Amino acid sequence: MTDMDEHDLRSLYRQMLLIRRFEEKSAEMYALAKIAGFLHLYIGEEAIAVGAVAALRPDDYVISAYRDHGHCLARGSDPGRVMAELFGKATGLCQGKGGSMHLVDLANRFMGGYAIVGGHIPLATGLAFATKYRKQDLVTVCFFGEGAVPSGQAHEAFNLAALWKLPVIFICENNRYGMGTPVARAVALYDNVAEAARSYGIMAERVDGMDVLAVRELMRTVVDQVRAGHGPFFIEAMTYRFMGHSMADPSHGHYRSKDEVEEHRKRDPLVLLKHQMLSQALCSEGDFKSLEQEVGEVVAAAVKFADESPFPDPSSLHADVMVEE
Amino acid sequence: MLLSYRDALNQAMREEMRRDSRIVLIGEEVGYYQGAFKVTKGFVEEFGPHRVVDTPITEAGFTGLAIGAAVAGLRPIVELMTMNFGIVALDQIVNNAAKIRYMSGGQLSVPLVIRGPGSAAHQLGAQHSQSLEAWFCHVPGLKVVAPSTPHDAKGLLKSAIRDQNPVVFIEAQLLYGTKGEVAEGEYTIPLGRADVKRAGTDVTVVAYSKMLLVALEAAERLRQDGLDVEVIDPRTLKPLDLESIVTSVKKTGRMVIVEEGWRFCGLGAQIADSVYAAAFDYLDAPIVRVTGEDVPMPYSRPLEDAAIPDVPRVVAAIHSLCGVA
Ligand SMILES: Cc1ncc(C[n+]2csc(CCOP(=O)(O)OP(=O)(O)O)c2C)c(N)n1
Ligand SMILES: [Mg+2]
Repeated sequence: MTDMDEHDLRSLYRQMLLIRRFEEKSAEMYALAKIAGFLHLYIGEEAIAVGAVAALRPDDYVISAYRDHGHCLARGSDPGRVMAELFGKATGLCQGKGGSMHLVDLANRFMGGYAIVGGHIPLATGLAFATKYRKQDLVTVCFFGEGAVPSGQAHEAFNLAALWKLPVIFICENNRYGMGTPVARAVALYDNVAEAARSYGIMAERVDGMDVLAVRELMRTVVDQVRAGHGPFFIEAMTYRFMGHSMADPSHGHYRSKDEVEEHRKRDPLVLLKHQMLSQALCSEGDFKSLEQEVGEVVAAAVKFADESPFPDPSSLHADVMVEE
Repeated sequence: MLLSYRDALNQAMREEMRRDSRIVLIGEEVGYYQGAFKVTKGFVEEFGPHRVVDTPITEAGFTGLAIGAAVAGLRPIVELMTMNFGIVALDQIVNNAAKIRYMSGGQLSVPLVIRGPGSAAHQLGAQHSQSLEAWFCHVPGLKVVAPSTPHDAKGLLKSAIRDQNPVVFIEAQLLYGTKGEVAEGEYTIPLGRADVKRAGTDVTVVAYSKMLLVALEAAERLRQDGLDVEVIDPRTLKPLDLESIVTSVKKTGRMVIVEEGWRFCGLGAQIADSVYAAAFDYLDAPIVRVTGEDVPMPYSRPLEDAAIPDVPRVVAAIHSLCGVA
């Protein structure tokens, strides 16, 4: 594979590393009360956002749920402005009005994080409807957890997408739990959640969500197909969240064992890719060290930027409720 | 006995479930997770998973199911993880729960409690920080309860569970940990009765849920200015105990209503309208409302603080009403 050169893999690795270190730092900042509210970490699931976004054009649409830092960063958002949003600062992506669960970066076509489970899936079909209507050759990628699959909004959206052949790619990040509920207690066809989409005639495939190259490869095929007008596609990406549901939830609750978490951590997407790169002699340990160094500096700078930025002035409270002429 | 609001709710449901096997508790994470806010701690262990039913993230589905089960003779308690998710179930609540009795000409009834936390907590963002009680109060066929103290929470929840009608029972995340004296043993508090939380002669303050605590603190501060503030908690928002409020207003001649919800079409507008109709001649000045700002709740701390009524704002409102600078 010609594209699997050093530069290419290094860039995928760097993006996953950036998300990982960014989120570890946000957890620290949460403990210091610099960040408040809900903070849902994506740690363990980075390969999905990075692999999927790598197959997109910059003008394609991406939309996500509340566990959205990874998708936003993968899309190319400035880490400083993302961190500033988590800090609730005026320089944040949404001027502090959105917060962790509601990142939006229109310039990078990141159309938002949404916190009502299932609620953004119809929005994705709407983005796709608009691009099709305007005869743009764009695709919309919609990320959500397996916990959203049984929701009525998901099903209505699946049917509409299939019925009208909308150019939307549903990516179900199956991390096996919705809060403390294992998928087997939430989805009737729990070992094949993609059936929910197939039953409406949507093509679907499962992928190893810990393998960034596998995700990207599947996505490349799917994106071509969807862009060509063959209708929606559903990807079930098998993954695992290494941390608690949110910062309010211990990293392994009583709903899963420490051993289970440790078992999945062995398939850490960063470690998997690193091993591959080392074994193919595409990178040396030294290269990884300097990547760590560089990403560490980016994250430190993001925190510094967020910390030094001003809070929004209370006079901005009523701004942007409506479009003012 | 000193009890937290959370434990008072837990006791109320536990006592009722022990005495009535028709009661089932249904909702997300109510069982094995012990409740998202630990209100149902120990329930699945005591009553078993057939009575403490964990659901997928399908509010419309399980609320509708509970309504159907109520029609068929059960007495379900639906726990909404937060009232925000009740919006997903709103069609079921408004079009079915509230209307089935009437549409059937009295043949059917829906003895059902829909409970969960409403209002803002700390920086949960726009989709997770809403006070929707006015929506529910607007709909004929529903009762709406919003207790502020552990004692009231317990007694009112027991009455709500025994009621023959659908009751929307609104708690608050920031109240769960608050403690108060709760009467020993079995007791209920009838729905539709206000409670004078603090007797006074100069001005009547009506406040409920979290805002009751804000009003009491403001009253305490105003004591130093020589103002004797009466604080009334309606406790049940619908049916509203107008008589108690009017009795107080006739005594004081002045009234302030404090509510966290949006001002426009907020509950205070209705209370003011009812008081004007019943006691206009007794008022020495127009009724003053202290409300949440008409904006989606911003994430950022200073903006959120600016959007929610606090003690200084209530104090200032009472000052201006009573002509104290
Ligand atoms: C409609 C609705 N109901 C409940 C919640 C509370 N809630 C937030 S996340 C979550 C679990 C979602 O699980 P999943 O979709 O698998 O996503 P994951 O968190 O695993 O990424 C729940 C129940 C919500 N946000 N929206
Ligand atoms: Mg999940």
